[in-house]
Amino acid sequence: MAKTEDEIKQGDLQGIPREKLLEMLRWMVLSRRFEEKTAEAYQTGKIGGFCHLYIGQEAVAVGAIAALREDDYVFTAYRDHAQALVRGVSSDAVMAELYGRIGGASRGAGGSMHIFDRDVNFMGGHGIVGTHLPLAAGVGYAIKYRGGDQVVLCFFGDSVVNGGPFHEAFNMVAKWELPVVYVVENNSYGMGTDIDRVAAVDDLFTRACAYQGKKAEQVDGMDVLAVYDATTRAVKRARETSRPTFIEARTYRYLGHSMSDPAHGTYRSREEVQAERKNDAINSLAERMEQAGLLTDEEYKAMDAGVIAEVERAAEFAETSPLPGRDEIYAHVYADEFRGGLDRRDAWR
Amino acid sequence: MALITYREALNRALREEMRRDDRVFIMGEEVGEYDGAYKVSKGLLDEFGEMRVRDTPIAENGFAGLGVGAAMAGLRPVVEFMTWNFALLAYDAIVNSAAKMRHMSGGQFTVPIVFRGPGGSALQLAAQHSQVPDPWYANIPGLKVCTPATPADALGLLKSAIRDEDPVVFIEGELLYNVKGEVPDDEHLVPIGLADIKRVGEDVTIVTHSKMVHVALQAAEKLAAEHEVEAEVVDLRSLRPLDLDTYVASVKKTNRAVVLEEGWPVAGIGAQIVDDIQREAFDYLDAPVARVSGLDVPMHYARALEKIIVPDAEAVIRAVKHVCYLD
Repeated sequence: MAKTEDEIKQGDLQGIPREKLLEMLRWMVLSRRFEEKTAEAYQTGKIGGFCHLYIGQEAVAVGAIAALREDDYVFTAYRDHAQALVRGVSSDAVMAELYGRIGGASRGAGGSMHIFDRDVNFMGGHGIVGTHLPLAAGVGYAIKYRGGDQVVLCFFGDSVVNGGPFHEAFNMVAKWELPVVYVVENNSYGMGTDIDRVAAVDDLFTRACAYQGKKAEQVDGMDVLAVYDATTRAVKRARETSRPTFIEARTYRYLGHSMSDPAHGTYRSREEVQAERKNDAINSLAERMEQAGLLTDEEYKAMDAGVIAEVERAAEFAETSPLPGRDEIYAHVYADEFRGGLDRRDAWR
Repeated sequence: MALITYREALNRALREEMRRDDRVFIMGEEVGEYDGAYKVSKGLLDEFGEMRVRDTPIAENGFAGLGVGAAMAGLRPVVEFMTWNFALLAYDAIVNSAAKMRHMSGGQFTVPIVFRGPGGSALQLAAQHSQVPDPWYANIPGLKVCTPATPADALGLLKSAIRDEDPVVFIEGELLYNVKGEVPDDEHLVPIGLADIKRVGEDVTIVTHSKMVHVALQAAEKLAAEHEVEAEVVDLRSLRPLDLDTYVASVKKTNRAVVLEEGWPVAGIGAQIVDDIQREAFDYLDAPVARVSGLDVPMHYARALEKIIVPDAEAVIRAVKHVCYLD
């Protein structure tokens, strides 16, 4: 029997309540507007260091984190601003961290790549490719150890699948049945290297087939609802049966690898980037919601304006948050008091 | 007091701390069913079960990283490396994750973990299995480093390490497991970062740690018997924090120092100790400080050469005689 137009629209939105759809849309818009502001602040020298923007990939962080409970855990790599925001770290705290201020999520010690927030189980921003996959397995071990039913969600980039920690972590979570959901954000490029040039398989999710008990699937990472659906099922499986899942989200990064890199150049063409931008995740969800009568243009504009205002406030907060003083230098190296080389080795500093 | 081996002391420390705190668990290659490659974890699987005594795959980076994550979530893992040579595969987990987490999270995430296992040369294990990793970790802010030489210190330091809020690298002497020593019957804790004077003397200070403490003591006895030189032997016990107060005070008393380590000379821990001594006790010195270290070469398999490469009591005696102007 042919479906009515309404049923098709409802199918596109998977019967997800309007509030949840609006929430996901807003998170994606916030992620994008936040990164636009970040780029601006970087270009004017307010933000330094390595800074990797998330523009284009919003559907992955939003769709996956939307499937979590408040007491679940999130790990990610160094492209971590959006994951932090969506997890519930305030935009003030994320922006102040980028500015290197005391009001930052990590008191200015971590910067762009190392955002942490214990209050919302945001387990960081990790800067070495692949290094956090075993850490996420360890939180899964702790959950199982205590008999809890939380879940660990761990994002990482496509380059990770070729390294040792990926396989070491996958083997352990599969063998010991740990409640970890791994999401590879396959944006096709490890910095400026096409994944096809360095990976022996095209479909990264097939890598998990080597580990019995680890379910794997590939989703359209430009469709927030597809990511949400896959992650929801994976989280349920982890929570109820303590089994890991590997999700490959096919996505695309619109900008360069970091603020130091061009959006296109020797490794990919301007035409390719422009073509991919037509498949934008934010537009795609907004259009589907408008078609289904769940969102008007005015509502969308009002939401966007609200997000822009929030981001501007975050930048003002960051600007006025105090710079860390000398007393911060040794403050968090150890739980015990620590004065470098006991002061005497630092006499001329 | 009981007379037990270094191995038994470590086992006792693990058992006591696992009984005391159910967040403590151990993991590593062969720690469970096999009772440990060096039998340090003997009997623990039977008492505590698989979740707390976890046999791992041979994947050092993976299980060390898993330990770090478990510590971030509030457990207290003790990760055993079959030897510290294999821990080079976990250097990223230890240095980039464990040592940095508290700092780069602005104090939010602590990593109360112990990484332990044997280090140093043993008997003809050749280049890849005979390394002294001590200075590789002593260089890293965010880590603590313990290197016990005796059963009592092994017991007391391991218990302190397990209770510590921060990551501790615990390097045991591969040739010390069968060494016997007196150990208190009651609860015994040794603070991390406190050196210990293992022999009192007036004429020269020998600063050393781990297996070389025994070499220094041997040399000291011979120096007393044959040369009427009374050497004071300072056992560092921990390399980070490094207890400079104790060895500087000793050198101010004896006015002469020999710094002894098993590892390589360049950028070895001894270089730091000599720097502390020259800076803080320059006017007290009656002779330049002498260093005795392992030779600057990958270890040879041949026993004849291995014996030359690792410092022995004779080398220490020569150095002491030199700083005492007796040669």
